[in-house]
Amino acid sequence: MLSTLFAAADWVAPTVDYHAIAPEIIVAAGICVVLLADLFIADRSKWLLSTVAGFTLLGAFIPVLTLGLSDEGTRSLFDGRYVIDDFSIVLKGLFLLSAYVIVLLSTTHIEEGDYYQGEYWVLMLSSILGMLMMTSSRDLVSIFVALEFLSIPAYMLAAWRKRDAKSNEAGVKYFLLGVFASAVLLYGMSLLYGVANSTLLSDLASEMSGQLTSIRVLAVVFVVVGFAFKVSAVPFHTWAPDTYEGAPTPVTAFLSVASKAAGFVALVTVLYVAVPGSSDVWQPLIWVLAALTMTVGNVMALRQTNIVRMLAYSSIAQGGFILMPLAVAAEGNSSAAVLRSVVTYLIVYAATNLGMFGIILAVSRKTRSGEVASFGGLFSYAPGIGALATIFLASLAGIPPLGGWIGKFSAFQAVLEAGTTWGYVLAVIGAVNSVIAFGYYGNVMREMWMRPVPNGDTSAIATPAPIKLALGITGLATLALGILPGVALHFGDIAVFSSAFGG
Amino acid sequence: MDILRDHNWVLSVGTFLPLAGVLVMLFIPKVEEQLQKAVALITALATLGVGVYTLTLFNYDRAGEMQFVAQTNWISVIKSTYYIGLDGISLPLYILSMVITVLVMIYSWDHIPSPGNPKAFLMLMLVLQTGMAGTFISQDLILFFVFFELVLLPMYFMIGVWGGENRQYASLKFFLYTMFGSALMLVAFLALFFKTGAESFAIPYLVENGGAIAKNTQVWIFAGMFIGFAVKVPMFPFHTWLPDAHTQAPTQGSVILAAVLLKLGTYGFIRIAIPMLPDAAREWAPYIGLLAVIGIIYGALGCLAQTDMKRLIAFSSVAHMGFVMLGISTLTSFGMNAAVFGMVAHGLITGMLFFVAGSVKDRYHTLEIARLSGLLKQVPHLAWILGFCVMASLGLPGLAGFWGEFPAILSAYSPLSGLSEVTFRVYMVIAAMGTVLAAAYLLWLFQRIAFGEPKPEFGGSTSDAHGHHDHSDHDDAHHNDIHDVTVYEWVAWTPLLIGIVLFGVMPNLLFKLIDPAVAAIVTQIGG
Repeated sequence: MLSTLFAAADWVAPTVDYHAIAPEIIVAAGICVVLLADLFIADRSKWLLSTVAGFTLLGAFIPVLTLGLSDEGTRSLFDGRYVIDDFSIVLKGLFLLSAYVIVLLSTTHIEEGDYYQGEYWVLMLSSILGMLMMTSSRDLVSIFVALEFLSIPAYMLAAWRKRDAKSNEAGVKYFLLGVFASAVLLYGMSLLYGVANSTLLSDLASEMSGQLTSIRVLAVVFVVVGFAFKVSAVPFHTWAPDTYEGAPTPVTAFLSVASKAAGFVALVTVLYVAVPGSSDVWQPLIWVLAALTMTVGNVMALRQTNIVRMLAYSSIAQGGFILMPLAVAAEGNSSAAVLRSVVTYLIVYAATNLGMFGIILAVSRKTRSGEVASFGGLFSYAPGIGALATIFLASLAGIPPLGGWIGKFSAFQAVLEAGTTWGYVLAVIGAVNSVIAFGYYGNVMREMWMRPVPNGDTSAIATPAPIKLALGITGLATLALGILPGVALHFGDIAVFSSAFGG
Repeated sequence: MDILRDHNWVLSVGTFLPLAGVLVMLFIPKVEEQLQKAVALITALATLGVGVYTLTLFNYDRAGEMQFVAQTNWISVIKSTYYIGLDGISLPLYILSMVITVLVMIYSWDHIPSPGNPKAFLMLMLVLQTGMAGTFISQDLILFFVFFELVLLPMYFMIGVWGGENRQYASLKFFLYTMFGSALMLVAFLALFFKTGAESFAIPYLVENGGAIAKNTQVWIFAGMFIGFAVKVPMFPFHTWLPDAHTQAPTQGSVILAAVLLKLGTYGFIRIAIPMLPDAAREWAPYIGLLAVIGIIYGALGCLAQTDMKRLIAFSSVAHMGFVMLGISTLTSFGMNAAVFGMVAHGLITGMLFFVAGSVKDRYHTLEIARLSGLLKQVPHLAWILGFCVMASLGLPGLAGFWGEFPAILSAYSPLSGLSEVTFRVYMVIAAMGTVLAAAYLLWLFQRIAFGEPKPEFGGSTSDAHGHHDHSDHDDAHHNDIHDVTVYEWVAWTPLLIGIVLFGVMPNLLFKLIDPAVAAIVTQIGG
């Protein structure tokens, strides 16, 4: 014990490639600026904070671009525990852009809410910093730290409306189940460490293949289950509907897109880099999770009358589609196609789902209601918003030529590429589910296009400029990704790990 | 300047021009209804103009080959390209879709169905046109799939918003049926892609290499495609969405649905399922034939039982598409010629019948056969047009319908060698009986609504031999509307009527186009 302490005296600072971690540094600096500025500026100038937050995210996007364009290839820091490879660059870009759209969606909502604006932005940025770290973490410890970094602010954000019982419920439920999931995950990680005597993912890979021992099985199962909570896979999804409904809508958008994507990033990183050799364990497990998640999410969504709750179940079901190809990730040559499909799906899902939340924010400003019925006759009095909402819903349902279809398509393609019977069965389950899904997406479309306006109130919707901008960005992205699917697929294709069986 | 010499831009322009119209309409305020209609009509006319230009450039001596081929990168990651082309099978259907869109636009000039909003209605129609035309020219399965699906949403809204009383049920049913079919179809496409070595989604490539797949696998892949296409056709027993969709759809929707959308399914069989999976096609052919003749008889019996004119025409579509599918199921060049001709003829005739039904509904506010009577006296022109279409529909020689139906029956006499002759000859006899039933239900329909005296509720009375509608004594809401064919209707209908006669008298205009293209496909299946 003592000797390790003495050994620490010889510690030499590692050389840090500041260009590589520039996005993280900029977001961290942004957090400090917002935190300090919040102390000194007057209440009526608090809008500045959202501007600072937005520019921080855009500023952090610049080094992501330069990293992406640089020829240096993979940058490995801290003995390979923090790696900036193509996978992490693509996903950092995705997180920063989605976060920027979420800032746009939040601005008006937060300014009108009379709550602590400064803290909101600090927490939001902190959570995003955690996500950026997650994309590069290649070590059990840094993965766990990143996971907590992104989760803990999110717990608080969910409970943002502190005088609202539902919001409190949302936060507490999310917190309790999230912490429980962390504990399960940590237990799995400790078993992994026990097997490999290392926390570095690439060290794990060699130790975690070959003979299946009970400790390996347990370790993999616990880790997968821990992440399954994070990505709200059935049967670990129970927190999601209540949390989504209770949290402020922009926070729900944040949870259902960014936070969920971060969960998938962590899951994929661990599966691909740390335990590819244990695919006999995790493939069947994910197969079951994917089939259950798609089916239960869809069937439950059919019964919802509250639109946010419906979207909560819909996002669970979409998560099932993202999981679907992972169930065959180690079969034959499918690993590259699977990784591509996961990243592609995350990209189109982010664009579409954020857009749909933008629509809900815009419409609920007028109707003050979260019921699906409050969308009645929307197309007749707000054709622009109605048409955009139709685009987002159709994209979520996976109808060409909108973004969502390329996500679904690449997921099917990856599953079928494996060519196993289990793959075919899962693909058919997925195909049937994509039809069921139209049941509830179509229901909202029916409300907007074919039903009368509730209360006959056909006054126009006043959409604040930031939400308009967010709708414009997401709408354009949804259309463009569908018509030129090569774009999303290209990013999905280049997003490979530097050292993994997918790479 | 290869592009200019090969003229391979005409197809892309012809397909996407309607979207340009949509963009323009997007920026015109909703209240400028006349302007909206004008822009939509001009767009449709311009599109048709491009189509006619395509007709003049088409090399009729090489109708069996793909012409105006254009291929460029689209989704290189999954080896799908933007690959289009047109041969003798695609050309008539491609042009048909453009003609129908123009006519429907003309008809819409004074027939925007309730609840109005021509802007959205016409924009949807233009999007629909892009989807239809694109499906017929796609030479890449993914591109085909995208266009095939593109027609879904516009049609869904067209039925659901502008339809009849039961529109929401009908539109959802339409959507779920087709979407279920296409989801399985997509899985089948992907399976085919991987089984041919994951090289390309190009249709010619897959036609060349699909035959090498093991027969058992082929049969399964065919099953997925079969469901996708059979729902669209629709074949018995997947037809139940059709009567609801047709009955509830606005006239324009019904016309487009009958004239073009149903053909997407039969076209899929001819272009994709059969040539790519020849072994499976031979295996499936007797069952397809069986379902086709069941459809013929079932559709005809269904017609006899209908009390609603539009529903009757919808069921007659099931029967007619049965003939088309019977022709396809023989897998012979003769049968497929008949099938493609039948597709075009059905498009013209049934499209026309739905136009007439829509106009009857406009005037009488009902399509209940029992309440209609004496149309010949009250609206003679309309009734004669109906009579003409009825004759065409029942396959009277000299009109287009004959050339779709009669050769289809005849082709079942000698199916592709290897298929059971006995089975197909039984089908032939059953199908022939179907034509008798067709004559029965169509003539009976005509008798009931066109002959006799106009009903008193619509301004006719048994004592009034002239059936004029100036009865101020028992004026009601309906009979003021009852007038004969209007100018817009004449303009919209004349091209169809001419087409029905023209292709009836000179079927070779079409057959010489179709035949080489069909022959190329039949050689794939070893015929």
